[in-house]
Amino acid sequence: MGDDVHTAAGADRRATTDVLVSITDVRRCFGDVVALDGVSLDIHHNEFFALLGPSGCGKTTLLRILAGLEQPDSGAVTLDGADLLSIPTHRRPINLMFQSYALFPHLCVEKNVGYGLAREKCPKDEIRTRVAEVLETVGLSGLGRRRPSELSGGQRQRVALARAIVKRPRLLLLDEPLAALDRKIRAQMQMELKRLQHEVGITFVVVTHDQEEAMSMADRIAVMNVGSLEQLAPPVELYERPRSLFVADFIGSTNLLPGRVAPGGVELDLGLAWAVPTDVLGTGVRVTVAVRPEQLSLVAEHDGELRGEVVDVNFFGGVSHVAVHVAGRDEPIVVALSGSTSHRPGARVGVHVPVTDVIVLPD
Amino acid sequence: MTGGRALRAHLFVVYGFLYLPIVVLVVLSFNSSGLPTVWSGFTTDWYGRLLENADIRDGLQNTLVVATGATVLSTVFGTLLAVGLHRFVRSPVLEGVLLAPAVLPDIVLAVGLLTLFTTLDVTLGLRSVLLSHTLFCMAFVTAVVRTRLGHLDLSLEEAARDLGDSTAGAFVRITLPSLAPGILAGALLSFTLSLDEFVIAFFTNGPSDPTLPQVIYSSVRFGVEPDVNALATLLLFVSTSAVLVAQRFGGLTGALERR
Repeated sequence: MGDDVHTAAGADRRATTDVLVSITDVRRCFGDVVALDGVSLDIHHNEFFALLGPSGCGKTTLLRILAGLEQPDSGAVTLDGADLLSIPTHRRPINLMFQSYALFPHLCVEKNVGYGLAREKCPKDEIRTRVAEVLETVGLSGLGRRRPSELSGGQRQRVALARAIVKRPRLLLLDEPLAALDRKIRAQMQMELKRLQHEVGITFVVVTHDQEEAMSMADRIAVMNVGSLEQLAPPVELYERPRSLFVADFIGSTNLLPGRVAPGGVELDLGLAWAVPTDVLGTGVRVTVAVRPEQLSLVAEHDGELRGEVVDVNFFGGVSHVAVHVAGRDEPIVVALSGSTSHRPGARVGVHVPVTDVIVLPD
Repeated sequence: MTGGRALRAHLFVVYGFLYLPIVVLVVLSFNSSGLPTVWSGFTTDWYGRLLENADIRDGLQNTLVVATGATVLSTVFGTLLAVGLHRFVRSPVLEGVLLAPAVLPDIVLAVGLLTLFTTLDVTLGLRSVLLSHTLFCMAFVTAVVRTRLGHLDLSLEEAARDLGDSTAGAFVRITLPSLAPGILAGALLSFTLSLDEFVIAFFTNGPSDPTLPQVIYSSVRFGVEPDVNALATLLLFVSTSAVLVAQRFGGLTGALERR
């Protein structure tokens, strides 16, 4: 990826020559509501990039700014080092797949997909070939004459996708691409989107509120919350080393234990002191200890860092979740065990916490 | 059980009240006696007399000119108004004011327009009728198209622009066709409204070019002439076919685009 050929304007960008899109300190307000509060991030060539966050976090606004459907109040956006914001929507080498798909209801599938090419004044023969090609890529050959209303949800999604990639954009934006599909098709489309991204070699930016979707598809994920970027990292790093309480809580399931930094570790509000490495944090600072269910294990009551009573056991096939009620906490501690387990509700157990591996997050 | 029977009786009474006058009218237009009380045989003479009646021919011509003109103008302006309202106006008051001519009593509009035209020293005639009809038909077109716009996915036009179309191109190629059924309905409504509009025409027209409703009005002041029955039957035929043709045409365009 690092050997991408670059235009002269792009060559002098700071770190790598890998950057396709650079977003710098972008702000956008709607009345009193701050949708984007100074967001800066880079999107690399040929990467599958995800903007992840709860609704209202600004991810869709950022996507619309990239598409040119929205202008930021301040900040800069460049594509290949050249200013993007001064280019109107219809001249940007960027296409957007809308959440509603926005298929033109009065046009057949072929006309929908060929719409962008026809606006470029492509010769009719070329349009026909390219539309047929892209319909084959998304697995819709033979449905070209149908109207959108005559297609299933999954087929409509593929038409929208075909229409967005047929112009071979530099950047493909996907707004909640799988939200309208039912669960089964969604899993299948996740794989297919990844395959397609490799096949067509286009940079994908997908907006989603579904962390599993982002984790399974993206090379890198930008987690956003109330208009700000919380953390930008590959999925595994986000999961293993969340840098904020929000990220730790939003990605996967986590047991959160509040406390404060004490000499040599953390003093939990539960009344326990653990020798957790706290790095640079000063004594007395409020922190939260985050520990993933699969980091925990069940041991004899006396051997556990935490002790309590099993309140619930859920078997998910490959994994079981055991909920343990610990005195001083309303929420049970969740322990993930592989396979089935013989623990039953009511049993007294100890929970082993690998205290040197937990994550400590300042509040 | 009795409630159901009463409801059914009510239904028949309402339908009878609605359609009986029309049936009577059509039957009488073929009655050779010319009297509403005596049936003396089938004839098409009244239709022949109608064609010879110069007043009615001129009236029909005037009405068609006004109705066609008002339909075209009100459809174009009404559609643009609806789009503008949809995009830029967040005030329900302003919107209500723009749609007022549709609900305002005709007489209020008529008197107001007459006063305006007189103040501005406009010569009353077909042009002033055309202008007045455009005004009140436009309110109906706006209302109909506005409803259609409410159901339209806003991202359609954005998608067109995203795919490389200009704002104007996206409007013409995507928004207008999506609105077509609403626009067609509005146009049809305008045409039929203008065709039989009397009050506003009566106030804003000059003496030289009466519209068809005006001609009919002056001819029935001293009793209904049988040729008026024939005329009404023809109008009924024309407006019914217009609706059928519009439906048929709507289906046809759908079939053509699928090709």
